[in-house]
Amino acid sequence: MAHVVSATETLEEKLTQELGFDDQFHEHHHGDKFQSNFLTTYIFSTDHKIIGRQFLITGIFWAIMGAAMSIIFRLQLGFPEADMAWLRPILGKWIMVNEQGIGKLDPEFYYSLVTIHGTVLVFFVLTAGLSGTFSNLLIPLQIGARDMASPLLNAFSYWFFFLASVVMFLSLFLSTGPFSGGWTAYPPLSALPQASDGSAAGMTMWIVAMALFIVSALLGGINYVTTVLNLRTKGMNMWRMPLTIWAFFITAILGVLSFPVLFSGVLLLMFDRSMGTSFYLSEIVVGGQILDRVGGSPILFQHLFWFLGHPEVYIIILPAMGIVSEVLSVHARKPIFGYRAMVLSILAIAFLSFIVWAHHMFMSGVNPFISNFFVVFTLIIAVPSAVKVFNWISTIYGSNFRFNAASLFGIGFVSMFISGGLTGIFLGNSAIDIALHDTYFVVAHFHIVMGIAAFFGMFAGIYHWFPKMFGRFMNETLGKIHFWGTLVGAYAIFWPMHYTGMAGMPRRYYDGGASFDAFRHFEDLNKFITVAAIVVFFLQIIFVINFFYSIFSGRKSTTKNPWGANTLEWTTPINAGHGNWPGNIPTVQRWAYDYGKNGEEFIPQYIPLREDEHDHGH
Amino acid sequence: MTALIILLCIILITIVLVQIGKVTELTAQIKGEREVLRDNSKWNGLLSLIFLVIFMVGVFVSTWQYKNQMLGYGPHESASEHGIALDDMFFITLVFTGIVFLLTHIALFWFAYKYRWSENRKAEFISHDNRLEIIWTAIPAIVMTFLVVRGLNAWNTVMADIGPDEDAIEIEATGQQFNWIIRYPGPDGKLGARNYKLTTATNQIGQDFTDPKNWDDVVVGQELYLPVGKKVRVRILAKDVLHNFFLPQFRVKMDAVPGLPTYFVFTPIKTTSDYRNELRKYEEYNEPFDPADPTGPKRWEKFEYELACAELCGKGHYSMRRILKVVSQEEYDEWYRKQESYYLTQVRGKDEDPNKDKVLDVEILQRAKAFSESIKSAVESEDEEAKTLTLNHINFETGAAALTANSKYELDNLVTGMNAFPQIRIEIAGHTDNTGDPASNRELSQQRAAAVARYLTERGIDAGRLRSVGYGDTKPLGPNDTDENRAKNRRTEFTIL
Repeated sequence: MAHVVSATETLEEKLTQELGFDDQFHEHHHGDKFQSNFLTTYIFSTDHKIIGRQFLITGIFWAIMGAAMSIIFRLQLGFPEADMAWLRPILGKWIMVNEQGIGKLDPEFYYSLVTIHGTVLVFFVLTAGLSGTFSNLLIPLQIGARDMASPLLNAFSYWFFFLASVVMFLSLFLSTGPFSGGWTAYPPLSALPQASDGSAAGMTMWIVAMALFIVSALLGGINYVTTVLNLRTKGMNMWRMPLTIWAFFITAILGVLSFPVLFSGVLLLMFDRSMGTSFYLSEIVVGGQILDRVGGSPILFQHLFWFLGHPEVYIIILPAMGIVSEVLSVHARKPIFGYRAMVLSILAIAFLSFIVWAHHMFMSGVNPFISNFFVVFTLIIAVPSAVKVFNWISTIYGSNFRFNAASLFGIGFVSMFISGGLTGIFLGNSAIDIALHDTYFVVAHFHIVMGIAAFFGMFAGIYHWFPKMFGRFMNETLGKIHFWGTLVGAYAIFWPMHYTGMAGMPRRYYDGGASFDAFRHFEDLNKFITVAAIVVFFLQIIFVINFFYSIFSGRKSTTKNPWGANTLEWTTPINAGHGNWPGNIPTVQRWAYDYGKNGEEFIPQYIPLREDEHDHGH
Repeated sequence: MTALIILLCIILITIVLVQIGKVTELTAQIKGEREVLRDNSKWNGLLSLIFLVIFMVGVFVSTWQYKNQMLGYGPHESASEHGIALDDMFFITLVFTGIVFLLTHIALFWFAYKYRWSENRKAEFISHDNRLEIIWTAIPAIVMTFLVVRGLNAWNTVMADIGPDEDAIEIEATGQQFNWIIRYPGPDGKLGARNYKLTTATNQIGQDFTDPKNWDDVVVGQELYLPVGKKVRVRILAKDVLHNFFLPQFRVKMDAVPGLPTYFVFTPIKTTSDYRNELRKYEEYNEPFDPADPTGPKRWEKFEYELACAELCGKGHYSMRRILKVVSQEEYDEWYRKQESYYLTQVRGKDEDPNKDKVLDVEILQRAKAFSESIKSAVESEDEEAKTLTLNHINFETGAAALTANSKYELDNLVTGMNAFPQIRIEIAGHTDNTGDPASNRELSQQRAAAVARYLTERGIDAGRLRSVGYGDTKPLGPNDTDENRAKNRRTEFTIL
C-alpha cells in the first residue's frame, strides 16, 4: 500500500535498520505456511492480532446478548403490568399468557436472565472481550515481540472460550431453562435441581461452560505472563513498559493465581450435584425430601468463589485502567503523571485483591471477628485507587487535550471509577454493609465501578486502536454521540439505584419489591431506569453499527502513527502481517511517555536519548 | 402496530445518525485535521462543562429529592438501638465521599475544558511530583484509618453475641422456599432441640419432641411480636437453600445457612405505633395507602415493620414477606399468653408423638390447674348435672383394679380439691362398656372405684367423705356402638353430693 512517507518515518526506518534487533525474521518470512489461506488466516489463526480480534467480536456478541437480557428484565421491573406477549416469538413458554391474552415473564426465567446477564458480562465480555482482546493485540506489539510466547496455546485460549460460549449459548434453549441461581452460583440453590428448575441441566451446562472458560483464561494468562517476561525487545526493561502492558501483565498473574480456585470450587459443586458428595451440603430438607447429606458448608463455596471473584473484578478493571492511562496520556500530549506511582498502585491493588474476598461475605454467617481484617484491607485499596484517580486528573492538568471518542471515553472512565469507587467505601465498611448488603446500592456500586467503567475503558481502547486493528478509523461523530449519550444514560440508569438501595430494596426481586410496603413506592424511578436502559442499549447498537461498518468502509488510515504516540505498535506497518515488523524489531531507548519534552510534541520509544537527557523509565 | 411504529422510528433514527456520521466525516476531510481538532475542542470542551454542571446539580437535587430514603434521616431513621451507629457511619462516609466526589469531578471536567487542544498551547512536561503524590496518598490513608476504626468499633459492638446472664428473648427464624417459620420459646424461655431428619409435614422444622424444651415452644402465625426496649437474639437457620433474615428498618441482616445456625442480636427502640407517628410528619406518608382508594387509610396508618429475604433463594425469593409488630411489654405479654404450644396443640397424642405413652410434667401442671378450676365451679354450681365430673386421666392395669403409676397425679389433684373444699362429700363411680359379662363388669367397676377411694384415704381424706359405687355397663354416656364411644363409656367419675 502506498502511504505518505513522512520525515519521522524515514528516521524510524533508519533507526530500526541501525539499532533494531535482527532476529533473521526475513529469512523465513515468505511463504508463511500458517497464513496461507482464509481459514488459517482468519479462523484458526495463531496470529495474536487475529486472536485479539476474535476475542473482541465474540465479546461484542455476548455484550449484545447480555444487554438484551437486561432490557427484558428491566421491562419486567419498570413496567410490571405491561403485556409482554409480543416477546413470545423469542422467549416462547417463558412468557406466560393468561386468558386475557396478557403475557407475563416467568419468574424462573427472570432469574435465568439476571444470572446469565451477570455471568456473560463478567466473564465473557469484560474478561475475555476486554483483557483477551487488548492483551492479545497489544502485548506483542507494545513490547516489540513477533507474537506470543506460544501462539498455538494462544489460539487454544480463544477456541476454549469459543467452546465455552457455545455451551453457554445452548443452555439458553433447555426446557428447564438456563441456570437461574445468580452469577455467584451459591449452593445449595445451585446444587439442588429440586430447589430450582435452572439448577438442573442449566447448571450442569453453566459449570461446563465455566470450566472451559477457565481453561481459556489460564492458557491466555500463562501466555501473557511468559510473553511479557521473556519476549521484550532490547532496551524494553520493565520500567519502560507502557502502563497497558503493566496492567495486562498483572491482570494475567491475578487470573493465573485465582481462576484455578474457582475451578476447584465448581468442580466440588459438580461432585455435590452428581456424585453424592457433601462439600457444600448439610442438613437439607428440600421439597419435603430429607437429604442424606451432612457435614458440608455452603460458606466454603463462597470462600472459593470470591477468592477468584474479588481478584476477578480487578482482572476486569486493571486492563481498563491501563488502556485509559495510555489513551489519556497520548491525547493529552503529556506524560502520564506519576508513572512509577501508577505501576506501584497496580501492584498494590493486585496484592490487596487477594486478601479482601470475604468483604462479599460480611452477612454470610462467617465469624464477625474475621471481618475485621477484611474491612481493613478493603478500605486500604481506596488509597492506591485514589492515587490513580489523582494521577489521571493531573495528567489532564496542563495538557493540550485532544477530544476524540477515545479520549472522551478515557475521561468517562475516570468519572465512573470515582463515582463507583466512592460507594465502595460505604460497602467495604462492614457496619454500613449490614444495611446495604444485597440491596440496589450494591447493584449501583458494581455496575458503575466495574461494569460501566470497564466498558468505557474498552471503548477507549477500541476507538484508539481501531486503526491498528483494521487499518481504518471509526466514525468520530457517531463515536461522540455514543460517548455523551452513554455517559449521561449510564448515570441515569445506575445513579437512582443508590436511593432505592438506601431504602433497603433487595436485589433480585422479580416484582421490583411490589409485595413490600417499604419497597413498592419506586415505580416512577423504576420506569425511568428502564427507559434510560433502553436508550443506552440503542446507543450501543449505534456503536456496533459504527464498528462493523468501519471495518469495511471506515476512513482509511494513511499514516502508521495517526495519534502521534510513542509506543512500538505504531511502528508496525498499517496492516501488519504475521511477525508484526517486516524487518528488524525496533529497540527501545526510552520510556513510553516522552510527550511535550525537549520542545518535541512526542518522542517515540525507539529514538535514542540525547546525551544530556534523563530517561524517566529508570 | 405500536411496536412496529416504534421499531420503524428506531431504524429511521439509526439511519439518520449514520448519515450524519458519514456527512461530518466527509466535511472533516474537506476542512482538514487542524480545523477538526479546533471544532472538537470547542464543542466537547463546552459539553464537558455543561455535563459537569448538570451532573453536579442533578446529583445534589436528586439527593435532596430522595433525602427521605437516606439512612438515618427523616422517616428512614433506625428502629433499633445499634442501627443508629450504622446510620452515623453512613452519614460520616457520605460527607467524606461527597467532598471527594465533588472536587475530583470538578477538577476532571474543568481541566478537560481548560486544557482543551489549541494550536497555540503546548502541553507541559510534568512527569511526577513526589511531594504532591505523598500528600495525596497520605490524606486518603488518614481518612480511611478514621473510617476503619470507627466502622469496626460499631461492627464489633453490633455483632457481639449476648452474654450468658444477659436478659434477652431468643427467637428462631427458619427460612424455607418461600416463607419463614418463626419459633418462640415457651414459658421456660428456651428453644428445644432440632434434628432435620425428623422433619415431616406437621413437624416442619424437625423439632425433636423427646426434648422437654420443645414441648412449650410456639410457632407463630403471620405476625410476630416483639416488646420494645428488650434485647432480642434471633437464631437464624435455613431448611433448603440460603436465605437472609432482613429487617430493613432495624438494620438487621444475616444469611440463613442450612446446617450452620447464625444469629443477630438487636434491640427494637420504636414500637410500630411510634414509627407510624413519626412517618405521619412526612408528606409522602400522608398519601392514601391504596392509590385506588383515595379516601382510605393513609400510608403511615398502615405502616408495618416487614421481614424480607435478601439472599436469592429461587423463583419465589421476592415474596417471603412477614409482618413484625413491636409493642409495649404489656401488649407483648398479652399476645404471648395467647400463643399455644405447637407440640401440645398439633402433635401431642398423634401417631408421630414420641411421648404418646407418657404424661408430661407440663400436662400434669395444666391439668392440675384445670382440675382445680372445674372442681371449684362444680362445688359452686346449682345444677345437679354439673356436679358430676369425669376423671379423664385415670387408668387401671388391664382387667385388674390396680391404678397405673401415671394415674395418681389426677387423684392427687382430687385430694387437693377435697382439701380446698373440706365440706364436700363425693361418690366415686366406676363404669364399663358393654363388652363381657355384665356381672363381672359390675364387679370390676366396683373394685376400681374402691381402689380410687382407697388411694384417697391413704392420702389423708376422711373415709366418711367418700362413697364408691360400681355401675358396670348400666349407665353408659352413649350407645356402645363404636370403639370410640365404648372408650367414652369406660370411665371413672365422681359426683359432689
